[in-house]
Amino acid sequence: MIEFPLLSMLTFLPLVGAFFVLIIRGDEEAIARNAKRAALFVSTFTFLLSLFMLMRFDASSGEFQFVEKGEWLPSLNISYHMGIDGISLFFVMLATFLTPICILASWNSIKTRVKEYMIAFLILETFMIGTFCALDAVLFYIFFEGVLIPMFLIIGIWGGPRRVYSSYKFFLYTLLGSVLMLIALLALYLQAGTSDIPTLMANPVVRDMQMWLWLAFFASFAVKMPMWPVHTWLPDAHVEAPTAGSVILAGVLLKMGGYGFLRFSLPMFPEASEFFTPMVFWLSIIAIIYTSLVALVQTDMKKLIAYSSVAHMGYVTLGIFTATTQGVEGGIFQMLSHGVISAALFLCVGVVYDRLHTREIARYGGLVQNMPKYAVIFMILMLGSVGLPGTSGFIGEFLVLLGAFQANTVVAAFATTGVILGAAYMLVLYRGVVFGAQKNEDAAAMKDVNKREMFYFVPLVLMVIWLGVAPGFVMERVSPSVDKLLTHYNEQIGKSVDAELVSDDNVQRSESSAVKSAVKGVSHE
Amino acid sequence: MEYLAIFPPLVGFLMAFLFGRQMGDKGAQLITCSGVIIAAFVSCVLFVQVIFGHDGHGDPRTVHLMQWMASGDFKINWALRVDQLAVVMMCVVNIVSSCVHVYSVGYMSHDKCKARFMAYLSLFTFAMLMLVTADNLVQLFFGWEGVGVASYLLIGFWNHKDSANAAAIKAFVVNRVGDFGLALGIFAAFVVFGTVQFDAMFEMAASKADATMTFFGQDFHAITVIALLLFMGAMGKSAQLGLHTWLPDAMEGPTPVSALIHAATMVTAGVFLVARMSPVFEYAPNALLVVTLVGAATAFVAATIGMTQFDIKRVIAYSTMSQLGYMFFALGVSAYGAAIFHLMTHAFFKALLFLGAGSVIHAMSNEQDMRKMGGIWKKIPTTYVLMWIGSLALAGMPFFAGYYSKDIILEAAYADHTWFGELAYYLGIAAAVMTAFYSARLLFMTFHGKPRADKHTMDHVHESPPTMLTPLMILGTGALFAGYLFYDKFVGHHQIWQDSIFVLPENDTVEAAHHVPYWVKKLPIVAGALGLVLGWVFYLKFVGLPSVFTKVFKPLHTLFYNKWYFDEIYNAVFVKPAAAFGRVFWATDRNVVDGLGPDGVAKTSRGFGAMLSKFQTGYVFQYAFVMIIGLIAIISWFFFKLTNGQG
Repeated sequence: MIEFPLLSMLTFLPLVGAFFVLIIRGDEEAIARNAKRAALFVSTFTFLLSLFMLMRFDASSGEFQFVEKGEWLPSLNISYHMGIDGISLFFVMLATFLTPICILASWNSIKTRVKEYMIAFLILETFMIGTFCALDAVLFYIFFEGVLIPMFLIIGIWGGPRRVYSSYKFFLYTLLGSVLMLIALLALYLQAGTSDIPTLMANPVVRDMQMWLWLAFFASFAVKMPMWPVHTWLPDAHVEAPTAGSVILAGVLLKMGGYGFLRFSLPMFPEASEFFTPMVFWLSIIAIIYTSLVALVQTDMKKLIAYSSVAHMGYVTLGIFTATTQGVEGGIFQMLSHGVISAALFLCVGVVYDRLHTREIARYGGLVQNMPKYAVIFMILMLGSVGLPGTSGFIGEFLVLLGAFQANTVVAAFATTGVILGAAYMLVLYRGVVFGAQKNEDAAAMKDVNKREMFYFVPLVLMVIWLGVAPGFVMERVSPSVDKLLTHYNEQIGKSVDAELVSDDNVQRSESSAVKSAVKGVSHE
Repeated sequence: MEYLAIFPPLVGFLMAFLFGRQMGDKGAQLITCSGVIIAAFVSCVLFVQVIFGHDGHGDPRTVHLMQWMASGDFKINWALRVDQLAVVMMCVVNIVSSCVHVYSVGYMSHDKCKARFMAYLSLFTFAMLMLVTADNLVQLFFGWEGVGVASYLLIGFWNHKDSANAAAIKAFVVNRVGDFGLALGIFAAFVVFGTVQFDAMFEMAASKADATMTFFGQDFHAITVIALLLFMGAMGKSAQLGLHTWLPDAMEGPTPVSALIHAATMVTAGVFLVARMSPVFEYAPNALLVVTLVGAATAFVAATIGMTQFDIKRVIAYSTMSQLGYMFFALGVSAYGAAIFHLMTHAFFKALLFLGAGSVIHAMSNEQDMRKMGGIWKKIPTTYVLMWIGSLALAGMPFFAGYYSKDIILEAAYADHTWFGELAYYLGIAAAVMTAFYSARLLFMTFHGKPRADKHTMDHVHESPPTMLTPLMILGTGALFAGYLFYDKFVGHHQIWQDSIFVLPENDTVEAAHHVPYWVKKLPIVAGALGLVLGWVFYLKFVGLPSVFTKVFKPLHTLFYNKWYFDEIYNAVFVKPAAAFGRVFWATDRNVVDGLGPDGVAKTSRGFGAMLSKFQTGYVFQYAFVMIIGLIAIISWFFFKLTNGQG
């Protein structure tokens, strides 16, 4: 049976849309108007298509679905291979869900080169979806790196005063990581003779090789994540990016690192992942505590949220490398939840930025009086970011910490302090902007959120609550794939431990891994 | 049926919050009040069913709602667990909440945001109901955080005031410190029991009594670890010594809020948590010891502070903290029934005192300082009488509600026959003297003596409207009769708890409390009477005496008056360093950026051309290389470890 190439449709539809936007002609105003409408139409249609995909997705299976495989470079054994499983499914959804919102959010705030802006966003969408669908390492690499280009342009052209600096910083940072990943990909390809991801996942390379490859991939993913200490590009990029750029950056681009860990690091280099777990744990904890404290003293709204993103991503890496069901599922959920919440928080900043053109917390205050609807929306999102039970933020954070506690109680205790700090900086932000006296006349005169803004806030807020009260819909689709991943991971580690026990050439290592697998929790006296 | 006891407040909240503008103040007040009153009525019916059902054997039930989380073995459901313990709490919460809702209609009549206020009250009530009917620790945590948020919103209700905002944030963050422990406790419980569902955990508790777990690299007795971590959560929510600093500040909120949240219900959530987890705590004798000591110390310290404060609401706030201390040491000596009994009577008389204080404040044109009151008892006689009822109940005078519950707690502490039980008894007696003393002080300073307010205020003093007095009377009835009526059912010979509270036979102090020596039973009454007489001497008979005393005992008075300097110490140890660290770390972040160019950030923003030249000078690369070198350093260390391991 010839399958309908759903994933390819989904991936390249925005690209086709971008082409149509490109050929729009007319006077400047007409171009802007039509470009916006066309982009909104295309991205909305893409979203509907992805909903269709979601309905057709078999929740009980942990295998790749909607698989497409075609010859691409047969002489090199590189193929065009697409497919999604429970892990990638919701990242695709996140990308298709946020793109139309971004276009709506840019409706009035982007005034120059509207056509090019829309094209950049549509191309960006193609690359994002492609990244999560690609099942061939070369294809993945192209999409993964491709994302950089439109994002670089969005920050560099439509950004704030220091846009050029920020965009270069962003570009160089991520590129440096990527170069290492490219080398590793080549090495992997030369070793295995294929770039097919499922094949590579099933047949991990030898241990020593894993170590080097893991590090190279880690360099790339850690920058994307971003993990401490390679996080400093993020606050700058966020601050200078236009609102929609921040939304997509926080909402989707940061998730590509976590996705990479799940798709490459854990399954392809299980022994290396296990070996480096302590390092990732401590980097995550540093990220959580360090960046939370930095967020506490920020005076710029966007910077504060950007630093909080680094802290939240610390939970993700922590969860993924606990290699427990709760930890990994929590990590994935945390990414989805953060994708919605931080995106919406950046939109919240955008709302006031559009009106007053400043991100200084001190320039606002008392907004609850002239913008009550805004205050409510901001409140719910703020509580979601704090991880209040009943919002999506709680589920991810809680599961990650639960997983961490099983892996290492010290790590869990340190990471849990982030819960206190997280509350502190978000409440301080909220008080500064929404509560207090109305110090500034211009801020006090701002109008409440309008219909267009409500149109994208309402689904985001509902999403935060829905995912928090009934996360089952997502969880049951994610679980089978995570189970499969962890079974594979533990098998591989078990195998290596067995091998070593037989040859007895590495007593110390088997001890260390025995200690970890027996992180026990409980032993009866 | 169970739904009707829980969800009407949620409906009330959503309607008033989302459509408050459309339905107007009257509509919002009507819908929220009727929501809780329905819930209160239904929970009373449930009370009868659950406790006296099945021919008096009790008929606890659990209603399954839907699945919440499922991740591997970790499965959590939304459920309503209505057993004896829960139904008592539901009644307390709903009845007090109804009174406070109705009272608020009158009290907040001059406020602009009535709908929002009523909505928050209903939100709080719903979250509290979810807490007490939780079937597992995670749903309890949901309610726990939910009441925290409602409390945050209501403390900061007058959000144009900076002090209110600061108090709200402080309350939330200090509570989060407790939640830190609670969350870890839940994780530990899952690791030990493989579930956090109550029944499943309780069944396993005995078999895990000797289990150990690794925590911070050492082996500990598993159940003690769980119990202590959970207790840390309880300390935060119930303002026990160490995590109490938020409670006095929380008085920034409107007075009905103080009555409902910071006296009658939310702050007792910690007591409820320990009682609910009694099957686990029973196997952790060391944890119970800690609970006893913390409770006793809180009862004592809070009472000392309460004697010196002048803000009428703060005096009552410290007395709340002190009474919570009593409840905790009752829990510590395994007298769970007695703790819940005191929780119930305390809810009535403390809500009465707060709402009464609100009525006074209302009458005095929003004056809260007792030094500016006095001589108003003739003008507001109903409030005056009700305040006496509440105070006598608080002081533990015979036949008022507090007498029965406080006595059984003290007797149980004595009957525990351990050094810490006895210590708690004597600290409790000392606190009882002080409690009676500051109650009397409050009454005499507020109502008697010469008027100290200005003439304009005095002319304005008026009795509150019926919407405020009716709830006061209902609570007053509770403060008069709740102790006598329920003594037998809660701590006497026909206890209602069945399986909802578990006590090891050798720990049954409530039973033993009925057989303590005569003087142990009578000493609390003597202490209370002594305190009242002292209060009368100091603040009515010889009004010059207090100032002489404060001079003679200056160091002690300074210590008490400044609340034992907890706030100052915390500021110096936690708050300031946190901000300082934040700045240092931020500077680290920026200084790396400064490596980009001699003049750092400013220069780099001059546009594309300048940027390009800078780019070509290699500064950006330098920066990137610094980062890479850092990473390589960490990585090489790991490789070093790896090669060592192999060699």
